[in-house]
Amino acid sequence: MSLNFHEQIAKVSNQSILLCYHCHKCTAGCPVAAEMEYGPDRILRMVQLGERERVLKSRDIWLCAACETCGARCPNHINVAKVIDALRMEALRSGVTPAEPDAAKFHKLFLFVVQTLGRSHEASLLIAYKLWTLNLLADMDSGLQLFLKGKVPVLPKTIKGRGQVKRIFVKSAEAVAKRAPSSANLAPAQEVQ
Amino acid sequence: MNAYTYYPGCSLESTACEYDASVRAVFQALEVELHELEEWNCCGASSAHSVNPLLALALPARNLALAQPIGYDLVMPCAACFNRHKSADHALRHDPERRKELEEIVGFTYQGNVAVRPLLEVLTVGVGFERIGERVTRPLEGLKAVGYYGCLLVRPPDVTQFENPENPSLMNQLLETLGAKAVEWSYATECCGGGLSLTKSSVAARLVNRLAERAREAGAEAIVTSCPLCQINLEMRQSGKQKMPVFYFTELMGLAFGLPEAEAWWSKHLIEPRPLLAEIKSLRRAMVGRG
Repeated sequence: MSLNFHEQIAKVSNQSILLCYHCHKCTAGCPVAAEMEYGPDRILRMVQLGERERVLKSRDIWLCAACETCGARCPNHINVAKVIDALRMEALRSGVTPAEPDAAKFHKLFLFVVQTLGRSHEASLLIAYKLWTLNLLADMDSGLQLFLKGKVPVLPKTIKGRGQVKRIFVKSAEAVAKRAPSSANLAPAQEVQ
Repeated sequence: MNAYTYYPGCSLESTACEYDASVRAVFQALEVELHELEEWNCCGASSAHSVNPLLALALPARNLALAQPIGYDLVMPCAACFNRHKSADHALRHDPERRKELEEIVGFTYQGNVAVRPLLEVLTVGVGFERIGERVTRPLEGLKAVGYYGCLLVRPPDVTQFENPENPSLMNQLLETLGAKAVEWSYATECCGGGLSLTKSSVAARLVNRLAERAREAGAEAIVTSCPLCQINLEMRQSGKQKMPVFYFTELMGLAFGLPEAEAWWSKHLIEPRPLLAEIKSLRRAMVGRG
């Protein structure tokens, strides 16, 4: 419980954050660094320095495309994308309003659909996402095109073992909560505010 | 090995249905058995690992549990699904503590008898370029394309174990085997922003257009990929007058094999590929005429 911020994030991500010596190789190769406020190397530095609020409120942790280029090139073998994942979990767990709320909403809806059906279902997911984000008009053209081409089945496919899948969601949430009270909150349908 | 367990993944049941159709057609043409894993579940893709690290491993672990008794290697067409299942297999194989947790959550005993393999590697290395080359009846002469791997097939390299992570070559070798011209470029493993396509579409569009411009600059007329998330993102977010079609590598295999089913795949694309394909055919006819 008394872990400080960098220890806590190191534990959840299973990465040795203090090994970073700020060569900036991660940021140099990051495809979205230009859109970010700080970039991955400064995010790591702020974690090292314990600047919890600033990191968790940053839009950078939600802009990461999870392409893993940073980690693949890191001379200290820090998988930076895993660190970003841990920061997302910590932001959700501690109720910080995500600086990019749409990304958090998308992940929650996606997992809610999978938890319910056992598989994803684009039509349900997209409609729910549009309603939740009130972003009704974006991508109407391509959405309609995909529908007309028969690429977004209206009826979802489900599996007999969806009960097992649901159990995996519940047990994973319990296991993570038990392992470290400070690590993550997992209920996918939880409100993000 | 001449039989595989097939995990299509959710995209191949919807936005990438032509990928699924071309995979099945190509395996049939090569006379390799492909058995769809019954009762498979979604792997949680790019969402689960942002929310819960255990869930991100446990969802694919259930599929590994289903594949174990069958015993065939598990082939993954989608790069994201491959990445998630390979990560789960990696944890189960190398991390005893994690393995115990996952076995408890999923309710199985890990045997490690099934290899998780990406479709591109199964076809080009498993089945092999030689058998593929023998099946080519309509070489794609005149088609200039760049091979595009994206992220999740190659990274993180210690987990994916997929040839050279900075400069892979299987796609180019395949294109040359099919008779096409594999154009060299420096962006084969650069991210297209597929994971942000819906939530930050402006960022995804910038990455996509950069890739399309670089491909054009290198002299290519098409992009060839193995990832359904890249394919739809690259076609949906491309802007400008001249848009570059994006093919699944299995579609080009079907085309080069002369499979009649291939005709049905092109109308599924968001960027019309037929004018470009017509040029190949005319080139081929010209070649035949001269011969």
